[in-house]
Amino acid sequence: MKIIVPVKRVIDHAVRVRPSADGRSVEAASATMAINPFCEIALEEAVRLKEQGIASEVVVVSIGEPAAQEQLKAALAVGADRALLITTEKALEPLAVAQVLAHVVAEEGAELALLGKQAIDSDDNQTGQMLAALLGWPQATFASKVVINEGRATVTREVDGGLRTLSMPLPAVITTDLRLNEPRYARLPDIMKARKKPIDQRELSALGLELSSQVELLAIEEPQPRQAGMMVESVDELLEQLKNIDKVIL
Amino acid sequence: MSTLVLMAHRDGHIIGSSARLISAALQLGGEVDVLVIGHQMAGCAREAAALAGVNKVLVADDARYAGDIAEPAAALLAEQAKPYTHVLASASCYGKDVLPRAAALLGVSQVSEIIEVIDEATFKRPVHAGSLIATVRVDAPKKVISVRSTAFEPVGEQPEAECIALDPYGETLGVQLEGEELNRSGRPELMGARVVVSGGRGVGSRENFALVEALADKLEAAVGASRAAVDAGYVPNDFQVGQTGKVVAPDLYIAVGISGAMQHLAGMQGAKVVVAINRDADAPIFANADYGLVGDLFELLPELTAKL
Ligand SMILES: Cc1cc2nc3c(=O)[nH]c(=O)nc-3n(C[C@H](O)[C@H](O)[C@H](O)COP(=O)(O)OP(=O)(O)OC[C@H]3O[C@@H](n4cnc5c(N)ncnc54)[C@H](O)[C@@H]3O)c2cc1C
Ligand SMILES: Nc1ncnc2c1ncn2[C@@H]1O[C@H](COP(=O)(O)O)[C@@H](O)[C@H]1O
Repeated sequence: MKIIVPVKRVIDHAVRVRPSADGRSVEAASATMAINPFCEIALEEAVRLKEQGIASEVVVVSIGEPAAQEQLKAALAVGADRALLITTEKALEPLAVAQVLAHVVAEEGAELALLGKQAIDSDDNQTGQMLAALLGWPQATFASKVVINEGRATVTREVDGGLRTLSMPLPAVITTDLRLNEPRYARLPDIMKARKKPIDQRELSALGLELSSQVELLAIEEPQPRQAGMMVESVDELLEQLKNIDKVIL
Repeated sequence: MSTLVLMAHRDGHIIGSSARLISAALQLGGEVDVLVIGHQMAGCAREAAALAGVNKVLVADDARYAGDIAEPAAALLAEQAKPYTHVLASASCYGKDVLPRAAALLGVSQVSEIIEVIDEATFKRPVHAGSLIATVRVDAPKKVISVRSTAFEPVGEQPEAECIALDPYGETLGVQLEGEELNRSGRPELMGARVVVSGGRGVGSRENFALVEALADKLEAAVGASRAAVDAGYVPNDFQVGQTGKVVAPDLYIAVGISGAMQHLAGMQGAKVVVAINRDADAPIFANADYGLVGDLFELLPELTAKL
């Protein structure tokens, strides 16, 4: 079974992001970049499935600027077998990403696509579900446990109010939640080896796809800051404020 | 202009934020119909029909929809969406699961988790864990939108609108429900609660979390947690508040032993009054709180609970 793991290059989660000077994009020039944390979890799960002999090959794919090579190298270093980079200068919306991924999945003949549930920059939480729809495959979103057995995936999902377990035939799309696993760190020799592994790089336009472009970003700004608060010295003072000033407790 | 709203439900009732979702739908300007998909949905449909502003309720009631299985639900939603200009759902786990699948079946993009309607095609939504707010315009033949319900005021009630039964539609694609583990604490649900008390890593253990729960029970509050507290196993996963957990908007949010990471703040920014209790006077949570109390939670929580 071949697994496709789409990985997105994003601004590292610890960076304090700001709007660009023209207020039309996010200032990213000097920011530390990383693999989207949810994609790291998807990759870890795929590598474990390979180690257990359930998967035969793990292919990572990223769509974006050429610099995403860096994240693909990192993915190769933790155990991906091959990497594919589809380059484009334009940021694609999730439906377009899903269209490209559907093309790649078909070309590769993959039986499982493991994605992050959400990219921590755009916070869209759409791509996996859209990919499943385009392929006509079943989906298991927000996975906290994955078991593959005899052509079926049994997936425990994090839902409002608890957990729900579904089983489904492969091929399928699974998106990962935070508690599915703890991604490993790459070992130095593997990082060195990954540097030499080739990345199959292609221009998006060469795929000849007609991609959705229906959402336009008009502005990006910082939210209204919360009004400065006050420090209280004691529980009594706190209760006095909450009861008599804000009247939020009786 | 007309809007179809997909309604999430649990245990035979529409979820608590539904009245807020309808209010977002009404801001678009057109007629608002509701779609309820599930098994044994008569009660849900009537609850939805009683939300002020709802024109009619379409009900697809069939065993194939049990367990909120996304595949047949998305197929049905995409089919029913045809005459409408807008399709809305809450950014609940159910909405997040089904709506993008339906959007792709319709061949249109989706705008996720809007917090403000500017006009029928222009919306504000948080990105980067709420550190930034984006204004987006969607130029799709059909506008598919998920809503952060807590950002909208709830509508009231009305005499029940008409409920219309639909023929079941859509395939499960072989998906089967194997089991569920739902938490039933008897406390209010996080996303609709008027008061939320959340504990973080500072609480230290599952046993100690009883202190947080005792305060919550005194205040008739929901219990929340940081990711660190959930990861450490103090509380179940779905207690997590934040970028990748629940977004809450209570009148009062009390954060105990939580440092105030960006990803946690993302889930509590909508709270009216925020109280932080932390022994580290420099914890970033204090810069995001209306009231800060520096000290040991093991002394302050019992005192606070006792004085209520
Ligand atoms: C992709 C991604 C998504 C994430 N999503 C979320 C999310 O949805 N929600 C979320 O919460 N986090 C999320 N995080 C994690 C987040 O970055 C922080 O790591 C997390 O919120 C920290 O939790 P905490 O504040 O409980 O722990 P800590 O940062 O360790 O803080 C514990 C606090 O407790 C205080 N304390 C300790 N003992 C006491 C005592 N006796 N009395 C009083 N105070 C005490 C300490 O001073 C400290 O400030 C995410 C991270 C990533 C990378
Ligand atoms: N540009 C991209 N390249 C590769 N994978 C992506 C890209 N954008 C999104 N994805 C995948 O889709 C998941 C969810 O992203 P989103 O729907 O944008 O929140 C991510 O975790 C990735 O697995």
